[in-house]
Amino acid sequence: MSEKFDVIVVGAGPAGTSCAYTCAKNGLNVLLIERGEFPGAKNVMGGILYRKQMEEIIPEFWKEAPLERPVIEQRFWFLDKESMVTTSYKGLEWGKEPYNNFTVLRAKFDKWFAQKAVEQGATLINETVVTECIVEDGKVIGVRTDRPDGDVYADVVVLADGVNSLLAKKLGFHKEWKPDQVALTVMEVLKLPKKTINERFNVGENQGVSIEIFGDATKGALGTAFLYTNQDSLNIGVGTTLSGMIKKKMKPHKLLNELKEHPMVKPYIEGGETVEYLAHLIPEGGYKAIPKLVGDGVIVTGDAAQFVNAIHREGSNMAMSSGKIAAETIVRAKEVNDFSERTLDVYRTTIYDSFIGKDLKKYKDAAHTFEEHPQYFEQYVPLMNQAMNTFFTVDGTAKWDKQKKIMKSLTAGRGKLGVAKDLYRAWKAVK
Amino acid sequence: MAVTIEEKQYLVRFNCDTKSHLEVKNHDVCATKCPDKDCTIFCPADVYKWEGDRMFVGYEGCHECGSCRIGCPFENIKWEYPKGGHGIVFRLA
Repeated sequence: MSEKFDVIVVGAGPAGTSCAYTCAKNGLNVLLIERGEFPGAKNVMGGILYRKQMEEIIPEFWKEAPLERPVIEQRFWFLDKESMVTTSYKGLEWGKEPYNNFTVLRAKFDKWFAQKAVEQGATLINETVVTECIVEDGKVIGVRTDRPDGDVYADVVVLADGVNSLLAKKLGFHKEWKPDQVALTVMEVLKLPKKTINERFNVGENQGVSIEIFGDATKGALGTAFLYTNQDSLNIGVGTTLSGMIKKKMKPHKLLNELKEHPMVKPYIEGGETVEYLAHLIPEGGYKAIPKLVGDGVIVTGDAAQFVNAIHREGSNMAMSSGKIAAETIVRAKEVNDFSERTLDVYRTTIYDSFIGKDLKKYKDAAHTFEEHPQYFEQYVPLMNQAMNTFFTVDGTAKWDKQKKIMKSLTAGRGKLGVAKDLYRAWKAVK
Repeated sequence: MAVTIEEKQYLVRFNCDTKSHLEVKNHDVCATKCPDKDCTIFCPADVYKWEGDRMFVGYEGCHECGSCRIGCPFENIKWEYPKGGHGIVFRLA
């Protein structure tokens, strides 16, 4: 295997495959290396795939890609022990072309997507681990794999090896992630008849619902839970920062069981048969955790580069865009036959000028703020629930008196100044 | 619905390698310096089990998430990917 390629892409997830697809489409000789039995075998996501960034790679992909349901309703639940405050948006236009986003099962989707890259001319090898980048005079010139005689060479190596990002770490592009820079998430796929799902979620054929759950689902730790509708199954999961999980001594799979047993959740999933259990990390270090993105002959993309907007549960779309931007950078570098850090740096500047850089910058302090100040999840969600309960329980108390009582309970724990500070801090973190 | 970790793990396909991709670097650290043994709690697949005097590592059921490597307070876990094609095989999500 001593052949030389124009580009080697490590990892056939959304970032790697987008890059390989775009490079191959532009006539480059691409090797896409995947460590799983097939692309998708190692990949996990709650399940929301965004149309926009995928469409920029394959127009009208929804006509042939293995998708579950277009999401026509996004619900948000603020859970207390035996109650919840909810808000949602439902729009039928999301159920029609060109759609907004879809639920997907990644093992199926990633396999299909990688095959599309192969159709464009990329070479895909599965069941191969890249153990390190081959570096000569400070320049990445190829990769070492765990196959016999497994060194392969290329002008550029694209690291799309996912959240653990071992290869970029080995190159010194970032230090080991800290427990507050990753979220540990577990999920189950629950099999349920299509008809049952349609009835329980109040949707028609080929209409999907996403529910993001805050509060009691994570026992106050920084994190969220989710419940998404597939065609004939549900994805239910919960995750918190690894640091939060450790601090609260929570067992992830038990946290998931408690979510499944929660009286607000249970009626939706009742009778569902667990068909798969999955655990994965999500990079949630945000803007400040973005590693060095470019070196001589090497580019870092997707989860490996911490491109996840946790607040909006966007990640696969950023992965796809970063893979595409990497490919476009490489195509230009090929034209001038210069793969130095200086030339490839266009990737870094384009990323920072794109929605990826801008959105991550917008929320650069959010995770830290909510982790350092647990009252948002621990106190305000129950307070919201109590306030609603007080206001809507008809017990002969005048509404003015109820309002006073609510205001008093809101400020009882943290004082008026404390609440004002909390509001200002939260606004500052997400403005 | 799967409740216990054994029931959940039973649903997952593993193509196990004969060699472990996880290694406790120094077993003395677990025994003498780490009273909390957080890995035995947060590991989503219960790979780590304290057996009274030694950390047992059931690498065969590992989801390859990386939490143990990042979460070990003593950086005492050597963590690699299983050999190509081995380890966990997700079939759905």
